[in-house]
Amino acid sequence: MSRRGDWVYENNGGTCVAIAGADYCVVAADTRLSVGYSILTRDHSKICDLADKCVLASSGFQGDIKALHKNLAARELLYQHQHNKRMSCPAMAQLLSNTLYYKRFFPYYAFNVLGGLDSEGKGCVFTYDAVGSYERTGYSAQGTGSTLIMPVLDNQLKSPSPLLLPARDAVTPLSESEAVDLVKDVFASATERDIYTGDKLEIVVINKAGTTREYIELRKD
Amino acid sequence: MAMKVDMSALETNFSIPCLDDGDGMHLSADSPDVPSMVLPTCADFDGFQAATKDMVKNKRGTTTLAFIFDKGVIVAADSRASMGGYISSQTVRKIIEINPYMLGTMAGGAADCQFWHRNLGNKCRLHELSNKRRISIAGASKLLANILYSYRGMGLSIGTMIAGFDEKGPGLYYVDSEGARLVGNRFSVGSGSLYAYGILDEGYRFNMSVEEAAELARRAIYGATFRDAASGGCVSVYHVGPDGWKKLSGDDVGELHYHYYPVQKTPVEQEMTDAPSTSA
Repeated sequence: MSRRGDWVYENNGGTCVAIAGADYCVVAADTRLSVGYSILTRDHSKICDLADKCVLASSGFQGDIKALHKNLAARELLYQHQHNKRMSCPAMAQLLSNTLYYKRFFPYYAFNVLGGLDSEGKGCVFTYDAVGSYERTGYSAQGTGSTLIMPVLDNQLKSPSPLLLPARDAVTPLSESEAVDLVKDVFASATERDIYTGDKLEIVVINKAGTTREYIELRKD
Repeated sequence: MAMKVDMSALETNFSIPCLDDGDGMHLSADSPDVPSMVLPTCADFDGFQAATKDMVKNKRGTTTLAFIFDKGVIVAADSRASMGGYISSQTVRKIIEINPYMLGTMAGGAADCQFWHRNLGNKCRLHELSNKRRISIAGASKLLANILYSYRGMGLSIGTMIAGFDEKGPGLYYVDSEGARLVGNRFSVGSGSLYAYGILDEGYRFNMSVEEAAELARRAIYGATFRDAASGGCVSVYHVGPDGWKKLSGDDVGELHYHYYPVQKTPVEQEMTDAPSTSA
């Protein structure tokens, strides 16, 4: 993408999805890294484990994403040293928002989804735009396949808005295995119709017991 | 190497946050109050900013409104965020609770509004701590307006209303990223504001009960979501009185439509019957 002499970004493609449940969170991303019409590698992880209950998945320009992940991991380490505990997911969510906004005039080209467990052990997903506006939601998709995946997630998971008053219960009714199956299904569909999504799917599940990782093969064409 | 612009000379600091880490009090070098943003080194800063704006896809349609009446201030907003033609969220909190007696509304860039409202909340708290009294709505809106004026021309997109209740009574200010700061009794901001003004101006009276005022605000936002493609989701209505703000209602706009226009059962003129089956 070089329409100007000093355009420094490129889009490496890919899709990230996260789903929050009553006591678990699923964060998933494909592993394809592309430039234009070429695939650079089929094996690049877009997911970064920031804290024991907090996982970040980002798609966009991988150069900025690498820098952003390193920056946040370093800040989390500092937090551990200063506070003698790991950062909670909501705390990391605001840190990420501020980190993105401090580069408001030279943004990180990163579309992020942060997933994990909050301090009560409930699943939480935070979704971001490129300059740091964020919102806690029950599920989210970001990246080149997001417009293909979000309608499906809305159909399966849409819950009453948290803005409603009197408040209505908004817990995702799916169990952990159902959520993982849904993620596999939506990625299979997105792979069919998005050229930048495919190769392999990395699924990270965070729950009370800890973090587990799973790899599923996707179409490589 | 990216240039770091230190804008602290433009700040009027009543008090600078200090850290006590055992060596005695000293100024924190990385005080969050000092706005110093990384700028790209390039020949054409404005052109680069315009191009990044395209990349960030910051467009947001919105309808927000606020008005003063005899019992305080009513603030209402929709909850849709759109990036071009794509609805990125139907559950955005556009009414930001700055502190228990002050609300801000969000229109324009989501990140810009969220960040600067949070920053304003910090500044208001610092004012309270150093002056031992709450900041006035005029003062809070002035703090925000001065910050936005110093970033004028750099591409921030904020159209906000600061609403609250202080010693002088109810206060309402419109502040935007061009540097405007207007005091007034009635404002509506966003792509749907024209539709909201139509309903709001028609139904507005200074003497209303809280329920009437809330219903007027709700109806105005609903009308805007009906006609403006970029507004939708839920209508949130808040009331700010002498004791602070209170959320009065949150209603899904789709359901509100059938509340205002219930389905009329049309009389059936002629029942459709099955075609007679052909005899063998």
